Amino acid sequence: MNDPHANYKDYEKAQEPKRPLFKNCMKAFLIGGLICVIGQVISTIYMYFFDFTEQTVGNPTVATLIFITMLLTGFGLYDRIAQFAGAGTAVPVTGFGNAVISAAIEHRTEGFVQGVGGNMFKLAGSVILFGVFSAFVIAFIKTIFTYWSGA
Amino acid sequence: MVFLWSFIVGGLICVVGQLLFDVAKLTPGHTLSTLVVAGAILDGFGLYEPLIDFAGAGATVPITSFGNSLVHGALEEADKHGLVGVVTGMFEVTSSGISAAIIFGMIGAIFFKAKG
Repeated sequence: MNDPHANYKDYEKAQEPKRPLFKNCMKAFLIGGLICVIGQVISTIYMYFFDFTEQTVGNPTVATLIFITMLLTGFGLYDRIAQFAGAGTAVPVTGFGNAVISAAIEHRTEGFVQGVGGNMFKLAGSVILFGVFSAFVIAFIKTIFTYWSGA
Repeated sequence: MVFLWSFIVGGLICVVGQLLFDVAKLTPGHTLSTLVVAGAILDGFGLYEPLIDFAGAGATVPITSFGNSLVHGALEEADKHGLVGVVTGMFEVTSSGISAAIIFGMIGAIFFKAKG
């Protein structure tokens, strides 16, 4: 028999607000790209004035970006940019920094040990877990593979 | 020129993240975890390093580079010490992202108050 709710389901689907996909992607592209250019500017400064090479410059650049993120998060500006940019602010390392820092600030009222310490990696923990574990599996396989083919 | 390429490549990686949000309907946590694993896999095939040479910060600033540098540190150490190196070298390259997040998270918690 006919589904008595079929009409309603169609209606519901038609009324559901469409996510403006193209617009969201353009925003993410612009802001994400911009954050990377800022990173490139910082990298260039470190390479010219502090004797870093192209291989080693990633570390201080990331640390500097996370420092900037701390200021923006602390003054409540990062969330506003993030509302506009979507993945554009989440995907760069600043999004990782923001997840850690905002959790730390938010749970400050519960004390430094239980609150800040216990909740700091609430959101960012999954990134570290899956990053480390997948890196372990991949490096493990590759190392064994190198032994077999090399020896 | 590297500024233009870092803008384009960095922007495109963010678009991939946005597509995972909007089309695959993943949560931010799932999206970022997926991207980190993708970065680790790309480095496993030796594809991420050329991207860094090409796009500079466009490849090192997105979270994918976290997966890349984890694998990189593990493999570098594995070259010297064998399989044990996979574990001991894991954080060799990527120490600053995590230590900076912890240090500035603590400083932020000391000096800033939560809003709202």
